[in-house]
Amino acid sequence: MNTTRNVVIVGASVAGLTTAVTLRTLGYDGRLTLIGDEPHTPYDRPPLSKQILAGTWEPDRITLRTDEELSALDAELLFGRSATGLDIAAGRVLLDGGDSVSYGSLVIATGVNPCRLPGTDLAGVHLLRTLDDALALRAALLRGPKVAVVGAGFLGAEAAAAARGMGLDVTLIDPRPVPMRRQFGDRVGALVGQLHQDHGVSVRCGTGVNQFLEIDGRVTGLELTDGIKLDADLVVVAVGAAPATGWLRGSGLLLTNGVECDATCRAAPGVYAAGDVASWHNSHFDAPMRLEHRLNATEQAQAVARNLLGEELPFAPVPYFWTDQYDARIQAYGVFPADADLAVLHGELENRRFVAAYGHRGRVVGVLGWNCPRELRKLRQLVVDRAPWSSIGAQECLTAAW
Amino acid sequence: MRVTLHQDKCVASGQCVLAAQDVFDQRDEDGVAVLLDDNPPAEAHDDVRHAAAVCPALAITLAES
Repeated sequence: MNTTRNVVIVGASVAGLTTAVTLRTLGYDGRLTLIGDEPHTPYDRPPLSKQILAGTWEPDRITLRTDEELSALDAELLFGRSATGLDIAAGRVLLDGGDSVSYGSLVIATGVNPCRLPGTDLAGVHLLRTLDDALALRAALLRGPKVAVVGAGFLGAEAAAAARGMGLDVTLIDPRPVPMRRQFGDRVGALVGQLHQDHGVSVRCGTGVNQFLEIDGRVTGLELTDGIKLDADLVVVAVGAAPATGWLRGSGLLLTNGVECDATCRAAPGVYAAGDVASWHNSHFDAPMRLEHRLNATEQAQAVARNLLGEELPFAPVPYFWTDQYDARIQAYGVFPADADLAVLHGELENRRFVAAYGHRGRVVGVLGWNCPRELRKLRQLVVDRAPWSSIGAQECLTAAW
Repeated sequence: MRVTLHQDKCVASGQCVLAAQDVFDQRDEDGVAVLLDDNPPAEAHDDVRHAAAVCPALAITLAES
């Protein structure tokens, strides 16, 4: 049993806050400090690229906890403060401004930072990670610009859908042949591309960006790798994110793909990581994993709180994630390796209402539903059971699915 | 325990049904969660607390009596 009486959590988004809440729920009554670099009360991120961008929700609706709930945590809340370093030998987190906080146990939940491209600093170019980013982008979209979205992953595809929903002229650009290829593969990615085209987005996949075009420091367009020049008054850069581990350089922690942890999410004695920043070994899939998914932030934080208090069990979840674009709600359980096979278990791909299974090394490793939430939930068990691929009906298997 | 489900926030993840299937279900047409029992029996309370804690849309609130 860990007898720590002084827990410090760095990062106050879903993972950090959930760790704090879970520690208190489990009866931890020692000292608790929560450090977050944003001045806002902790908020939820998935609505940023959906309801906040579309303007259907006001920002106060995405607050993770009320002020009363936060004060009931009986924690020292250091919001608007950044951690700048970690001294493991001394058990201290260094803060901006030069002071520091000592800890008995530390939880690292600093998330990710959006990747940038040369040109990201131009006026009219937007990143999307924080509430302030989303509100700035929303305000700029309201001015009716011609929009280019660079990157067709979750954020880029959702931002394109939101901008198109405002009636704007939108081009979606990605160097891969179809949108969301890294998440879902070629077949389902092609359906996502078709969805955007059907809603009037110009989809330019298989094309990268050579350079940003500008006049007097303001973006005017993009030159693509196929030589085409595209006018744009507003560019959204959504080309992935990198673990926010800069403050941990030199700490001695292993930082290969985020904070490297064991199967219990422990990075070093008394040091744990949770959420987007944490890389750990998921024993259910026998694979290293680092997830930037909303539910994982919650589940991993709960596991870290339990393990910090002495449970010391492997964290072995079946990941869950979703995206909403136009009238499509795509949900997925499991993992989706690039060389997986694909089989339709319910509905039809062409109707954009189906559940598909993804098979890898003879087992079902993922199930994906497109506007089929109930059926998908029932078929999740195939991933939990790691069902043999041969047991789900090999005659339905689509060869060369990827 | 009083359970409140905010269907306007629900993202149809089904996590609540996985956690407490006697208390929550999903609509056929869009998967939005449905509350089956707003005053569940004591033996279901731990499962319902888990459902509220894992809901990725924060759509479940509990009033413990």
